[in-house]
Amino acid sequence: MTPDHRSAAYRLTPDQLALRDAVRELARARVAPRAAETDRTATFPEDLRQLLATQDILALPFPEAHGGIGADLLTVCLAIEELSAACATTGLILAAHELGALPILLAGSDEQQARWLPDLASGRRLVAFALTEAGAGSDAGAIATRAVRDGDEYVLDGSKRFITHGSIADLVVVFALTDPKAARHRNLSCFVVERGSAGFSIGRLEHKMGIRGSPTAELQFDGVRVPAADRIGEEGEGFSIAMRTFDRSRPGIAAQAVGIAQGALDVATQYARERVQFGRPIGEFQLVQGLLADMDAATEAARALLYTACAAIDAGDGDPARWAALCKLVAGDAAMRVTTDAVQVLGGYGYVEEFPVERMMRDAKITQLYEGTQQIQRLVIARSRLARG
Amino acid sequence: MRIVVLTKPVPDTTGAERLGPDLRVDRTASPAVVNANDEYALEAALKLVEAAGEGEVVLLSMAPASAPETLRKALAMGAHRGVLVTDPALAGSCTLSTARVLAAALRTLEFDLVLAGADTSDGTGGVVPAGVAALLGLPYLSYAGRIEPSGGRVRVHRLSPVGYDVIEAPLPALVVATQALGEPRYPSLKGIMGARSKEIATLSLADLDVSVEAVGGAVGGAVATTRVLEVRPPVVRAATEIVREPAPVAAARIVEFLQTRKII
Repeated sequence: MTPDHRSAAYRLTPDQLALRDAVRELARARVAPRAAETDRTATFPEDLRQLLATQDILALPFPEAHGGIGADLLTVCLAIEELSAACATTGLILAAHELGALPILLAGSDEQQARWLPDLASGRRLVAFALTEAGAGSDAGAIATRAVRDGDEYVLDGSKRFITHGSIADLVVVFALTDPKAARHRNLSCFVVERGSAGFSIGRLEHKMGIRGSPTAELQFDGVRVPAADRIGEEGEGFSIAMRTFDRSRPGIAAQAVGIAQGALDVATQYARERVQFGRPIGEFQLVQGLLADMDAATEAARALLYTACAAIDAGDGDPARWAALCKLVAGDAAMRVTTDAVQVLGGYGYVEEFPVERMMRDAKITQLYEGTQQIQRLVIARSRLARG
Repeated sequence: MRIVVLTKPVPDTTGAERLGPDLRVDRTASPAVVNANDEYALEAALKLVEAAGEGEVVLLSMAPASAPETLRKALAMGAHRGVLVTDPALAGSCTLSTARVLAAALRTLEFDLVLAGADTSDGTGGVVPAGVAALLGLPYLSYAGRIEPSGGRVRVHRLSPVGYDVIEAPLPALVVATQALGEPRYPSLKGIMGARSKEIATLSLADLDVSVEAVGGAVGGAVATTRVLEVRPPVVRAATEIVREPAPVAAARIVEFLQTRKII
């Protein structure tokens, strides 16, 4: 029997609509006015992080038992989408927090969850996800950071790069090599490292094209001693935990992409209504209408696939990796195309920082790169298809 | 501290044409929202109860039967429960009957304070709170920029064109809130989830033991004490020019604006 890969149905529930609308209202009133300055100054919007905490938006992915809202993946993605339509950096606060928390949510013991999750759900503490290294991007199997067992502790040595929130997180989930001789995908383990641990330091911060308000850090581990009790899952389970994390975090990046696309489409539509050339609003010209129509179609198609993917993953579909890759691939490409076209609709005004679309275009690019490049997503999708026979 | 907040669902002011052929507000034409000034009153009430460390905030509304949907947002902000007076006989009520019905409902509730918004964005009469206070014999403290209850009394900064008066009254009392009390909060997501299970008690005129005669025979549009005779749009003003530059540039532009028109 061929597994049934037909699309799962989704219909937004009254709860999902109410939460989405609340986040949308907040994003428009409080987040959007901060977006340009956040980008220009490349400063983390700490006030907005606090706002997301007090409004329980950071609580969405966490179980009610630990002070969270216990939202499903689709609801989390609705929130990321709405925030990102106003400011991709702010949408990433929730997406990156969820990414960092997922290993604990998926593989943490009851004791570990009780210890860490309440502070993460309340937003008092932020958590970062540290897998990537200078020499290990798409090839996570090439990780060189070592964790050597020493009694009740592990000793970590190595460095991580491109770590979102790496410099501001209170907890960092670190993937390190515990058994260099083991088979690939069985040689990594996952650890929670507390900020301030001896030997743990922040290296340089990246100067990025987009999501400039989001600090992306290099992390240095020089003989950092981590209690064995802070290892997530079994020794050697690290790679599996990272991949299961991506099954649920990649839709979050797709949501960020859909949000960025929608934000750019909204600006371009408004501009086309108001900008007069040759004696009429440019929205009356068919070449401009064509751009707007294609932007709308691409955004809605990406959104529909994202929600379908979330519904399938929430329903326990047997191949969540495929759904996660599908929606991130389509949404990331849509965001890049839609934001580029938004700049085109605005012409010269689109190319300057007076309007937000050039920022959105720069922000969109990252959704094609992080949490697996678009090329990696294609590999995941193709392997899934071929394996089904 | 038990506070009742008079809360009215009104048509969202972003809506287009909102009057029916009878010149009454067409409440089906645009979605209903909580009257913005009432949100300021609610925010003030929530802060007072939080500061007191105990008590409850009750929403009181006279509105069509669809009102609970709108009142949920106020419950999500933190109000504890709602009381809705709804009755087909109340459609088209004038301000006097509204005050009489709200007063009757307040007689069934225990409270230290009643808070109301300065006016509502649909009727904009601004007289219902005063009417309610008069009918119940409550002290009426209007245009509050600050509300300080203590020792069975309430002290209010009543805003005036030149500053504020400090006035005081014994509790229970009715206070009219202004925007100077502070921006209403956004509902938190937990607040929204929690609001679904909060109680909204629905009362009819019969439940309140109020008959059409008892409220002066003035309940409902047919016998309202006021009637809308005519509606005209305001005179269209000339295009507004808004100056947003920093002060030195802005000043120069305003001077130039006035000079070109030979005003200075």
